[in-house]
Order: sequence, then C-alpha cells, then structure tokens
Amino acid sequence: MSERPKLTRRGLLRGFGTATVIAGCAKPTAEGAAGETAQPEDLPADVVAIGPGAAPLSLEINGSVRSLEVAASVTLLAALRDHLDLTGSKEVCDRGACGACMVLVDGVPMNSCMMLAHDLEGRSITTVEGLAIGDTLAPLQSAFIAHDAAQCGFCTSGMLISATALLRTGDSKDRSSIAEGMAGNLCRCGSYHHILAAIEDVAGVQGGA
Amino acid sequence: MEPFTLIRPRTLDAAQTRALGAPAERVYKAGGIDLLDLLKEGLARPAELIDLRSLGDEHGQAMRALAASDSGWSVGALNTLAAISASALPQAYAALREAAGSAATPSIRNSATLGGNLLQRPRCWYFRHRDLHCLKKGGERCLADGGENKFHAILGGGPCHIVHPSTLAVALVALDAQVEIIGAEGPRRIPVGELFALPRVSPTAENTLGEGEVIRGVTLPAAAAGQRSVYEVAKEKQSFDWPLAEVAVALSVEGGALRTVRVALGHVAPTPWRAVQVEEALTGQAPSAELFARVAALATQGARSLGDNAYKIPLVQGLVRAALHRACDVPVPA
Ligand SMILES: Cc1cc2nc3c(=O)[nH]c(=O)nc-3n(C[C@H](O)[C@H](O)[C@H](O)COP(=O)(O)OP(=O)(O)OC[C@H]3O[C@@H](n4cnc5c(N)ncnc54)[C@H](O)[C@@H]3O)c2cc1C
Repeated sequence: MSERPKLTRRGLLRGFGTATVIAGCAKPTAEGAAGETAQPEDLPADVVAIGPGAAPLSLEINGSVRSLEVAASVTLLAALRDHLDLTGSKEVCDRGACGACMVLVDGVPMNSCMMLAHDLEGRSITTVEGLAIGDTLAPLQSAFIAHDAAQCGFCTSGMLISATALLRTGDSKDRSSIAEGMAGNLCRCGSYHHILAAIEDVAGVQGGA
Repeated sequence: MEPFTLIRPRTLDAAQTRALGAPAERVYKAGGIDLLDLLKEGLARPAELIDLRSLGDEHGQAMRALAASDSGWSVGALNTLAAISASALPQAYAALREAAGSAATPSIRNSATLGGNLLQRPRCWYFRHRDLHCLKKGGERCLADGGENKFHAILGGGPCHIVHPSTLAVALVALDAQVEIIGAEGPRRIPVGELFALPRVSPTAENTLGEGEVIRGVTLPAAAAGQRSVYEVAKEKQSFDWPLAEVAVALSVEGGALRTVRVALGHVAPTPWRAVQVEEALTGQAPSAELFARVAALATQGARSLGDNAYKIPLVQGLVRAALHRACDVPVPA
C-alpha cells in the first residue's frame, strides 16, 4: 500500500503563516490539518492538486461569478444547493439516472450530481434559476404553467433545463425527437404528456397542442 | 463520498508516474460517471483521482481527436458518447455511432467518454450492493448463481455471471477495432476483444489492462468496400434504459454474397461476445430472410439459462435477425 499524500513544507507555510511555527511542528500537526489543501510532497510543482479538504473555487453561474470553498469530493449539485443556496436543481436519484439535478454547462445539459464542483471552474453554468430574465419567465416556463406540466414539481427544473437545450439545438421538430431528447428526465407523477405538449407549444410543432 | 485529492496532470507521463505503484489508491478519471457511482456506493475508496481530461500534451490531444487516419479512423478515448454519436464517422462505421447514441441518456452521453465506457464496472446488482461481498469483490461465490439473475449472462458465465456493461464495446468488436494502450513500457495495440477477460480467467477484473496503463483511443480499420454496420438493442423501457441484449453486425456484400461478416453480442456474456458460428454460416451466402432465420439460432449455441434469464436466448436471436435484415436491406417478412 502506498502512503497517502502528506502536507509539504510549502503547504505548512501556507497554512500557518510563519517559518518559526514550522520549526516546532513535526508530522502530527500536519496530519491534524486534514482538510487543508496542499501539494502532496512527491508531486511535481506543475501538477495541480486540489483537496482533499476545502479549496477555493470560483464558478460562473447564471451570469455571475460566485466564490466558494469546497472539498474536491463535493459534487456540483451539492455546491449549488448546500453552498450557494441555489436549490432549484434537485437531488433525487443522485446517480445520473433521473435528470432532476440537470444544469447547462456551456449550454449543454449535464447531470450535476455526477460532476465534481472543482471540474466546473472556467465553465459557464446555467441552473433553472437562470432561465427567467428578471421577473419575466422564459416562454418555456410559461408554457409549463399553461399546460399544467408540474404535479409534485421535483422533476420540473431538470425538465426545463433539458427542454431549453433541446429548443436551442433545434432537435425539437416533432414529438418523437422531443421525447428522445427528454429521455434522461424521469417524472414519477407521469406528467409526460403535459410536459411534451408544453415543449411542443414553444417549439411550434405542427399538430402539437 | 470519502475525501480524495483531485490531481490534474498536464502530461500523460506525469499522470502515469503518479498512478504507478498505487493501483487502488490512485485511479484515473475521465467523465467520472462510473467512478462517482462507485465512490458514492463505497465500492472504490481511492485517495486520489487523476484527471485525464487535464492532459495537454500530444497524448491528450490524441485522446480528444476523432479523425480519419492512414489505416482507417481513430477515435480518442476522451471523446464523449455524444460526440461519437454526432461525429462524421462514415456510414461503414454506423454501428459505433448508433451504439454511442443509444447508450445511457442524452445528458449522461455529454459527460461519459469512450475510455470510461469500455472500463466501467459491471451493473450486477450484487456487485453494486455495498453490503454484499460477492465473488467479483473477492468473496466466496457468485450470488447471482441461484439468486436473482434476470439480467445476467447466458453465455460464457462462471464462476461469476455478470454481463459486460459496455455498449460501445459491442460495436467495436463488430468493427474489428484495435485499442491503443500506453503503459510505462511504451505503447501497445490489441484487438478490442483482448481488452476483456472472462471471469474464469479473471474473476475480479473485467479488463486486461496493466497497472498504470491508459487507453489512448481505438482505431477502426479501413472499411471493406461496401461495408455496412448496424447496432440493435432491446430494453425494457423504450426510452433510456440499460440493454437487455444488444447486437452489432458489420459486413459487406460482394457479387451477391456476404463477406467479412462480424457479429457481436452484448449484455449476454461477461465480455462482449463474438458469434463466430453465425459469421461462418453467413460468409459466402446470399443474404435472405430464410438464411437469417436459420443462422440466428447459432448465436446462442451453448447458451444456458440461470433461471430468470432464459428470455435472453430468443431475444438475442431476434436481434441478430433484425440487425442482419437492416444491414442487408432485406425486408422483414410480414
Ligand atoms: C443512467 C445511466 C445509464 C447508462 N446506460 C448505459 C448503457 O446503456 N450502455 C453503456 O454502455 N453504458 C451506460 N451507462 C454507463 C456510462 O456510459 C459509463 O459510466 C460511462 O461511459 C463511463 O465513462 P466515464 O468517462 O464517465 O468514465 P469514468 O467514470 O471517468 O471512468 C470509468 C473507469 O475507467 C477508467 N478510465 C477512464 N478512461 C480511461 C482511459 N482513457 N484509460 C484508462 N482508464 C480509464 C477510470 O479509471 C475508471 O476506472 C449508463 C450510465 C448511467 C448513469
């Protein structure tokens, strides 16, 4: 078994501020500082290491840059919900199978429960909170209301995200291509017909509701 | 999830240097879809995830490329399933595009990569259960044997009865792809079938990669003249679901006779499964509905039900027929 990464002198300096402290601190202190982020000592300086403890991160979300400190193991979904108070994205299956956690990453729909927050640095994220412009709902959101497309509402934010992407790519020309594009979003209430009708409405599908 | 450190090497050399000597402790990460699943279940507890997506050297570029080469087409391991599905891969390789566009869900396909798809762990519910210690996890016996085995193997099983989960592997076997592997001793190239090992050879690992080895990509050999390839799948749910069984076929018709036929079956065996008897029975024959009906039964020669999975025998035979009909443009009889 190999050894786990240890804090380096550089890491200690960053953590404690002065070299005099280091002189008196042997390994136990370093171990005790678990939670610190530090370059493992056997890792070359040009290889970035994040974690295992909380590390600073800035994310571009719905057009503004947000700063936070999270561990390497924190998912994007957990960062949004637990650290940034953006609870529109839902945690349901937590395994990428239901779509309730979906967000747009550079315009592309992805399951935020299966991504690490630190991997999203430099990307542009849109959550359901970012679909409306001020108090004006996006046409898709209005269509969901008009078509009564939500029952319990847990799948709704993911549905809106998937559908937003679908409308942008233009893969929404008929009901079957819309259904295919929405295949990663499950609705346990079974509101699929209302949801598809709302999307068709905005897509302007001939013969749609 | 247990805490871990995220490592972002810029060169493959740095990634491999880091990974070597600590197989379970330091693991590569691509899209992270299977890895996060295993971490959340506590089935893997690495101290470090080494991100392959941060590679910026020539290997990293090759891993992101998807292009025609001197000898066919190269598909880098970091290509997402979505990218492969939407790629310019010629019609001769349609089976790979179809497989990539059918696996998982549209949003998972935006993250999941080719390399990770080939190396994902099995979906067997006993293996994935954090509290069960089955043969695959180093335990005494396979819990599917005599247990609930609806989704398990009908071919090639024993002592463990998983089915291999990779949809892309099935298409790649039919297309006779080579896998480019880079290890500490340099590059090697193997037929994709040799990437996988049956449980009787290797009960706890599904692939034959050595320590620290990285899949750089796959190469699809130059297509035979008039080559066609198709992928067919049956799922419980028509929209996204895991396959119950899947088939990929690649063939060409020359002077009215079938040539260079390759038939691969998925989700029926612990590895992607080549139906060699079907290939032999088709080669040199003129495509017809009667021929396809006759040879389909050869696909499951030696198949054995574990109790709950007998349905897979006629199912995969039907998929073989459907694939052959579509590949040869022979109408399915009413
Ligand atoms: C809801 C859902 C449905 C799904 N349905 C299907 C389906 O129908 N068919 C199907 O095939 N799959 C399906 N999957 C599985 C999914 O396709 C895989 O989990 C995914 O492809 C893994 O790729 P990744 O890039 O995320 O790999 P990761 O999770 O990053 O890695 C997986 C493994 O591969 C290793 N690895 C990755 N890349 C390399 C490389 N280049 N070299 C060496 N090692 C590497 C990692 O170390 C790790 O061990 C489904 C998944 C979900 C969540």
